[in-house]
Amino acid sequence: MLKKLSILASVCMTLSTVVSAETITIATVNNGDMITMKELSSDFESKNPGINLKWVTLEENILRQRVTTDVATSGGQYDVMTIGTYEVPIWGKQGWLKELDNLGEDYDVEDLLPAIRSGLSVDDKLFAAPFYGESSMVMYRTDLMEKAGLSMPKKPTWEFIRKAAKAMTDKQGGVYGLCLRGKAGWGENIALITAMSNSFGARWFDENWKPQFNTKAWHDTLQYYVDVMQEFGPPGSSANGFNENLALFQTGKCGIWIDATVAGAFVTNETDSEVADKVGFALAPDMGLGKRGNWLWAWTLAIPSSSKKSDAAMKFISWATSKDYSALVADKKGWAKVPPGTRASLYNNPQYMSEAPFAQITLDSIQSADPKNPTVDPVPYVGVQFVAIPEFQGIGTAVGQQFTAALTGQMTVKQALASAQRLVERAMRKARYPK
Amino acid sequence: MATTQSRTLARIMLFPSVILLLAWMIVPLCMTLYFSFLDYNLLIPGNNDFVGFLNYEFFLTDPAFIESFFNTLWLVGGVLLITICGGIGLAILLDQAIWGRNYVRIMVLAPFFVMPTVSALVWKNMFMNPVNGLFAHFANWLGFAPVDFFAQIPLLSIIIIVSWQWLPFAALILLTAIQSLDREQLEAADLDGAGPFSKFYYIVLPHLSRAITAVILIETIFLLSIFAEILVTTSGGPGYASTNITYLIYTQSLLQFDVGGGSAGGIVAVIIANIVAIFLMRLIGKNLED
Amino acid sequence: MANKNSNKSKIIYTLLAWTISGMIFFPILWTLITSFKTEAEAISASPSLFMFDWTLVNYSDVLNRSPYFDHFWNSVVISVGSSLLGLLIAIPAAWSMAFVQNKRTKNLLMWMLSTKMLPPVGVLIPIYLLFRDFSLLDTKLGLVIVMTLINLPIMVWMLYTYFKEIPHEILEASRMDGAGIVEEIFHVLLPIALPGIASTLLLNVILAWNEAFWTLILTAANAAPLTAFIASYSSPEGLFYAKLSAASAMAIVPILILGWFSQKQLVRGLSFGAVK
Repeated sequence: MLKKLSILASVCMTLSTVVSAETITIATVNNGDMITMKELSSDFESKNPGINLKWVTLEENILRQRVTTDVATSGGQYDVMTIGTYEVPIWGKQGWLKELDNLGEDYDVEDLLPAIRSGLSVDDKLFAAPFYGESSMVMYRTDLMEKAGLSMPKKPTWEFIRKAAKAMTDKQGGVYGLCLRGKAGWGENIALITAMSNSFGARWFDENWKPQFNTKAWHDTLQYYVDVMQEFGPPGSSANGFNENLALFQTGKCGIWIDATVAGAFVTNETDSEVADKVGFALAPDMGLGKRGNWLWAWTLAIPSSSKKSDAAMKFISWATSKDYSALVADKKGWAKVPPGTRASLYNNPQYMSEAPFAQITLDSIQSADPKNPTVDPVPYVGVQFVAIPEFQGIGTAVGQQFTAALTGQMTVKQALASAQRLVERAMRKARYPK
Repeated sequence: MATTQSRTLARIMLFPSVILLLAWMIVPLCMTLYFSFLDYNLLIPGNNDFVGFLNYEFFLTDPAFIESFFNTLWLVGGVLLITICGGIGLAILLDQAIWGRNYVRIMVLAPFFVMPTVSALVWKNMFMNPVNGLFAHFANWLGFAPVDFFAQIPLLSIIIIVSWQWLPFAALILLTAIQSLDREQLEAADLDGAGPFSKFYYIVLPHLSRAITAVILIETIFLLSIFAEILVTTSGGPGYASTNITYLIYTQSLLQFDVGGGSAGGIVAVIIANIVAIFLMRLIGKNLED
Repeated sequence: MANKNSNKSKIIYTLLAWTISGMIFFPILWTLITSFKTEAEAISASPSLFMFDWTLVNYSDVLNRSPYFDHFWNSVVISVGSSLLGLLIAIPAAWSMAFVQNKRTKNLLMWMLSTKMLPPVGVLIPIYLLFRDFSLLDTKLGLVIVMTLINLPIMVWMLYTYFKEIPHEILEASRMDGAGIVEEIFHVLLPIALPGIASTLLLNVILAWNEAFWTLILTAANAAPLTAFIASYSSPEGLFYAKLSAASAMAIVPILILGWFSQKQLVRGLSFGAVK
């Protein structure tokens, strides 16, 4: 009898744990830092026995379509979504995201970098927690620079970049002076060229939402981009995004690469990079107009309003963006692999600062970007390398295609800009701007 | 010979397929038609006002529309041309007495089983990449400058990839057809002193015409909605150089999330598909029936 | 003399056929080989066909990264399930078209095929909304339904062309013997048509296995098949050719083997009655 009872009890226990176990579905990008998060997530599951994790890991563009479709139709397929600083303010305003008001006592929201945190809040309510933050910077090969008899200033100009790229290019030897993004897309070449255009004094729209591609500043930007890429860029650059350029730089094929600060960890990592000990960093270039050509971006974790398991999801987000998580990565993978650019405390950690040669420049770059005031002339929008309106994904990518056509020589710079101007005007007319 | 009873029964048996397909076709189509007259963007929740033909106006006057229309024709036409010519050649070759024909057939058939996404990824990265791709290595080895496939010849590159996937299909159907050719007819032609070309033109080709029409019909159905290959390789660019209509609608629906505009594009594509369908049915239906 | 000549031409034709088919097969072979290389060897400027250190590290990396077997199982359920369900609906339809023909049969067939020409993106949002309302998002059942509907026209047509070739006399003879309609289908028709049904089934398993639009849009974690598995490799992360090759191999090899084993039936089925 007693035996039977104990069996019954244990059955009940198992049942109750089965009932209370929740499975949350996490949609994330296939970037290195997220892959690490997935690897280490057993730590979360062992600390929270009632919660199981299911992962959906996808390439950035496919992921974006799926989460956007899901959140806009309240499909409810995901409990945690990985989204960027472009989506958060728009979605937060639509009421599509749950406010992150219960991240735990020792989460320390005040520790989040202000530049990043302000972009993730709507009316002072936090709608997403930053997983890693990034700006952009110049990465260069110190050995090639030396060979060329030049030295990289801390704050280079675009003209110096052109000169250095020319001196470093050795096409016979398979070394290309300058690697920049060329793949069409609002998060690809448009991110780079828009950030660049800010430093050339250009802007997407004037205060009345009129597109500005017919201005001289835009012509100068695109002409510079096309010229340097055609002369010093690698072949096939029109298909290159972040990952492709990373592979090129790691295998020693690029002299200078201007891209996301998170790349700092990858290019100095000795197991993956053949040039790990020959990399130098500098701030993104400028034209002396008061704005540098660097962007501001963060990949963040957020909970769609349609999620029915928001408590468990909140616990997971708190775990993945906490100081403890940083310590866990440092312990398992080394300090250099800790997701950067989100917390001030990380940059006050002497061990991190000494083991990550790119740390200071990352912090400086992030702090020098100003999404609320991105351009030389005033603009009606928020966002450094994007315009935070829902229409931007579409027009940004379409304009990106025109710029790629200019890069491959199928259009002249003039034609590409004229066609960009026309298509943005059409799109804005259809969306009935100014609103 | 069919009785009334069996006629009724036949109707009943047809019923599920017809109803299901009708529902599958009509319900979303009606919703799409309805959406196409609304100002409906998924990202901007609002009233979804009725806007008349505005979405159609924007879609049809989009400079990308004309270009993608012709790209669609080029893509379908190019792949059909390559796969049918190549297929006839392969079929004739495989019809000869050769050693290990089964192995040859297995190798030729293989690309047909490969997922379109996988084949696009493999071609893009491992073969057509201008720095690390095999073609680039080969060009460098010969001392030429490597071709930058997706920048210089984007549409042609996609045609090559898609043709690779569909060549096995064409080749094997045509091979089966050739094998059913009446050998005595060819021998008679030999006796009359006909050369290989006139034999091909007057005997083989007419014999293959049914098979060729079947290939055209089936391939067109699949080629009109080519999508994954473009998404993975060029994303429709540079400019609109490799955007087809399916891809254009995709950018409206899943990039701009403009449901109204995407729906209008969808309706236009349906109309185009139907024109092609009617045309094909006329051309081919006759040929298949006799 | 003639014999010698034909031997010579056999050699030439064999060489030519092997060369061309080798070229057609090469991309797949290359992918398989690369999947056993290290990343550094995979992008080497002087690539080697066989002389390298074979390694399984890419496969273990891929297996560690994603739940391959879950995706694999989903692919199997979706493709086989939809093909079986499709057969169940298509066989009666094809039967009645083939044996009780009237003027409209042809038009009906053509109409069914034309439904396949609709671009799926055009109806994406409506379908998504319907799926949400019926709670079919990210379920295998939902995908089985979609795949069935997508491939139904092809199935009906393939079966129709098979059934049409069955001589009516056989059926009439069985009717004379007093067989009912059910016996007619199960005892007379099906055994004769079995090869045709098998090849229809096979072709549809392959088509459903490779479908990469709806399977990506309508699934998240629970029902995601191999197309979703491969989508997480569609952008390179640093050096990735070897891992991409391994993932590709894992996605295509099952269906490749199935296809090879059944190639005879398949070729026959693919010709849609155009080849007799």
